[in-house]
Amino acid sequence: MTRNMLFALVVLILPPMACADEVQVAVAANFTAPMKAIAAEFEKATGHKAQLSFGATGKFYAQIRNGAPFQVFLSADDETPAKLEQEGLAVQGSRFTYAVGTLALWSARPDFVDAKGEVLSRGSFAHLAVANPKLAPYGAAAMETLDKLGLTSKLQAKFVQGENIAQTYQFVMSGNAELGFVALSQIMKDGRIGSGSAWIVPAEMHRAIRQDAVILAPGRDNAAANALLRFLRTRAVLAIIRSYGYQ
Amino acid sequence: MVATANLDAILLTAKLATVVTALLLLIGTPVAWWLANTRSWLKAPVEAVVALPIVLPPSVLGFYLLVAMGPRGPIGQVTQALGLGTLPFSFTGLVVASVFYSLPFVVQPIQNAFAAIGPGLLEAAATLRATAWDRFFTVALPLARPGFVTAAVLGFAHTVGEFGVVLMVGGNIPGQTRVVSVQIYDHVEALEYGQAHELAIVLMGFSFVTLFLLYALNRRATMLST
Repeated sequence: MTRNMLFALVVLILPPMACADEVQVAVAANFTAPMKAIAAEFEKATGHKAQLSFGATGKFYAQIRNGAPFQVFLSADDETPAKLEQEGLAVQGSRFTYAVGTLALWSARPDFVDAKGEVLSRGSFAHLAVANPKLAPYGAAAMETLDKLGLTSKLQAKFVQGENIAQTYQFVMSGNAELGFVALSQIMKDGRIGSGSAWIVPAEMHRAIRQDAVILAPGRDNAAANALLRFLRTRAVLAIIRSYGYQ
Repeated sequence: MVATANLDAILLTAKLATVVTALLLLIGTPVAWWLANTRSWLKAPVEAVVALPIVLPPSVLGFYLLVAMGPRGPIGQVTQALGLGTLPFSFTGLVVASVFYSLPFVVQPIQNAFAAIGPGLLEAAATLRATAWDRFFTVALPLARPGFVTAAVLGFAHTVGEFGVVLMVGGNIPGQTRVVSVQIYDHVEALEYGQAHELAIVLMGFSFVTLFLLYALNRRATMLST
């Protein structure tokens, strides 16, 4: 009898211990808020735990190449994961687009940015914040948009560059730059623009800002890593991702 | 040999560090003198405020400087009222931010050097009818020389090496605010490791030569004066 009870106890305790894995995830900084929400849901749904690190995609690339223990990488672009796959640092065939970013021209002041972004051609401002186009996909998309509008050379002298999209947001939020190109996900709250004024840049103005996820070599046989990538494609997660201003 | 963009960053960094070091010696000397000689209850709080930038992470300090110097911040309100506009994204803004950031590295060595002189020599000079100014310039300053050299070296080196503060208030404008540390960071982030190596080597060489010359000259001067 006692032996049976002991057995039952062991059976009750063991399964979650055996199945619940931990996965180390490197997450692009622009996806911080949605990923925190998704990780909480992931833990509830599967019992696996996702340990999140947030940072710049280029920095993660350098760390991964030098043996960082990340098992899943949610990149801010689609080039870096492809490169990692080519270099044998990521699992072949695990790569997919988990989110498509939306670019927004935003000002912390209400009524400063009109719904068509015509404020750009008027040029009635001292500083336009743009993320470094060499480093940040949102910066590259912003430059393509300005090229398409034929305003790049006219506005060149007013550019201030953030190293990443988070810093670009800070420049605008603090009012030091009157306006700037940020990620819609940074200014969306509960499905609408939280404060200030914005022009949501139409998708045809620039190449799509595809953000790809990939399983890295250390995560190849990790159940939690594989489960997380499956989880990212579920309808519930897609709804979360959309509510933060991604497509 | 060195790419022009890198050269611009090097020249800008040297200019920034020189201006900041000169300003810090001007501002830091009276502060250090006062701290070394005062018996006021204000001494401890002032010392604590001067040392604060050592504690605060540079990017945090930079963030608050960005907000403070912005159009709605207290410093920004003052500069706008004076017709200077706002400081972030300009060379002047970098100078102001760097002065805050490197202040303790200049004040503390000078303060220690002044304190080490002690009251004896200064009182002796006073009995010889040296005025307060005479005592400061002909007794205190020469005796505190090593402290000044250390202060200048640390202030200069600290400004060359600063990154987080510049990153936050600079806006990465070529020739204005794109200093070497930011440029290296850009290269590394963009996976241009060759360019990053080149700039890092130049930065190290430049820093070594500067520090070496300062220490060597100081040693020679000290030996000559004793």
